[in-house]
Amino acid sequence: MEKLSFSALLRFVLLKLARLGLLLAAVSAAAFALVSYSPIDPVQAYIGADVMRVGAEQRAAIAAYWGLDEPPLARFFRWASALAGGDMGTSLIYRQPVADVIGERFWGSLLLMAAAWLLSGVIGFTAGIVAAMNRGRLVDRIVRWYCCTLASTPSFWLAMLFLMVFGVWLGWFPVGLAVPAGALAAEVDWLDRLRHLALPALTLSAVGIAPVALHTREKLLDVLDSDYILFARSRGESGIRLVRRHGLKAALLPALTLQFAGFSELFGGAVLAEQVFSYPGLGRAAVEAGVRGDVPLLMGIVLFSALFVFTGNLLADIMTRLIDPRVRERGMPK
Amino acid sequence: MKAETVAVGGLGIGMAAGRYSQGRRRMVVGAIMLAAALGALGLASLAIGDEALRTNLPARHLPPSWQHPFGTDWLGRDMLARTLEGLWLSLRIGLAASLAGTAIAAAAGLSAALYGRTADRIIGWLADLFLSLPHLVTLILIAFVCGGGLQGIMIGVALTHWPSLARLIRAEALQLRSADFVHASRRLGRSRWWILSRHLLPHLLPQLMTGFLLMFPHAILHEAAITFIGLGLPPDQPAIGIILSESMRYLNAGMWWLALFPGLALLLLVRSFDRLGEAARAVWSPRRSHH
Repeated sequence: MEKLSFSALLRFVLLKLARLGLLLAAVSAAAFALVSYSPIDPVQAYIGADVMRVGAEQRAAIAAYWGLDEPPLARFFRWASALAGGDMGTSLIYRQPVADVIGERFWGSLLLMAAAWLLSGVIGFTAGIVAAMNRGRLVDRIVRWYCCTLASTPSFWLAMLFLMVFGVWLGWFPVGLAVPAGALAAEVDWLDRLRHLALPALTLSAVGIAPVALHTREKLLDVLDSDYILFARSRGESGIRLVRRHGLKAALLPALTLQFAGFSELFGGAVLAEQVFSYPGLGRAAVEAGVRGDVPLLMGIVLFSALFVFTGNLLADIMTRLIDPRVRERGMPK
Repeated sequence: MKAETVAVGGLGIGMAAGRYSQGRRRMVVGAIMLAAALGALGLASLAIGDEALRTNLPARHLPPSWQHPFGTDWLGRDMLARTLEGLWLSLRIGLAASLAGTAIAAAAGLSAALYGRTADRIIGWLADLFLSLPHLVTLILIAFVCGGGLQGIMIGVALTHWPSLARLIRAEALQLRSADFVHASRRLGRSRWWILSRHLLPHLLPQLMTGFLLMFPHAILHEAAITFIGLGLPPDQPAIGIILSESMRYLNAGMWWLALFPGLALLLLVRSFDRLGEAARAVWSPRRSHH
């Protein structure tokens, strides 16, 4: 294996960092511009149900406290400079720093997404391989039918079905939340957490299987049609051995790339799954921020999700470079 | 209407490709059946009126029966009627959103291909920007900015779905631009607009229609998701997502019919559009490999 030169690596890292900086700057500017045109009054969102008890002067005081009486551009620069210093503002509905809210909630979501990501990747890849090896036969048709149906299934509805069947009827899994209701944090053991994680993760992975399986199937079929497979067959290789020796690596790379590039869909799916199962993660926070008009939290989550998707794409990129010798030689000159 | 346009497009493109006739027939049959189903849905939602949707408290929480095939909800409203109404509303929102999305994609893709490097860079960068956020987060943001309501959903769905189709259109338009007949036209002094409307658009029409057909089911799904979350429509406009989110409260009580049937109906609708889109792609872009 060729050794990566240090300067090429440095250039790669710097380029990606510059890209990320530009992206985050653009996303925050665009999102801020959008939000400042929203008809939803942030003061109102802050007051919430106490409308009757807050007078005009108090409203003005609240607006001044949050800096809402300044023009949008001034607010943006204040917000952006605070952001650059690591301060993302204070969430209106949780009444604590946005960074804390995101940090706390992200771990729940991360656990959920990681479990779903692994499950869907392994199952999808296997299903794709099996389908391609049995091209045109019943197994292949079943896999394809399953994938196409799942691709048109509303994921939140699937979550509700799981909830009804496994949660309500069979009673195998708890109906919601990440820990038993009312339990202290110290009393919650791993088994409980896993039991609460199972249904959301299952939903999320069921949705993620389809793209990987279909993509893997296509790629493996491409490979199986190639000349070197014909040659291998003419030497007498066949079945699983043939695929394992000549096809697996070629199919694995696109599948991995797709899985990493699918962080965006994963995040969106997590929002819905968390909503159905009342799972306290980032997705639920995003929904609440949107519904109740918590602008600082919404902005924080928008930026964080951009970072998350960027990370996925970056990992896909690195994976491609590490595994695929063609890209490695083109992309990182010595 | 849809079946007609699809059939005409199929005839136009299909001349060179006799061996796709089976796929084409399947597509036309599918399109006609879907159009019939849509027509029935539209008629049904017109015919239902207020009678079936009126509160009827003695008949609340009824499980499915012959009189109420989908059961009734907590106000005694017929779930079949509500589902049909909801589907019809979701369908119209999805249609508007994906038409807008296709238009944006066409405009963006063509401008990127035809108006020089700077335009190409800017549009490519914009597309990257929209792809850099999860769709649902963008949807929440835009729905929030628009203050909820139909408009926010439509704008959100249109804005999140154009980038991939725009890239396709751009690539295709770049190829077409260097074709001989376009060069000839340009040498003959035809204007840019003339070339665009006479040469490029007719060639891009199949791509655009396939893109639209494939975007449509996604648009409906995203519309359902955003209304499910509670950021979309007010409860008096019961899109399918709202019906499902309301049924959430009754799942614990074992009222499975409130969630099962509306979701199943949505699934069937989306799935048939998806199949139509796939069939259209198979017929109109023979380059696709495995089937």
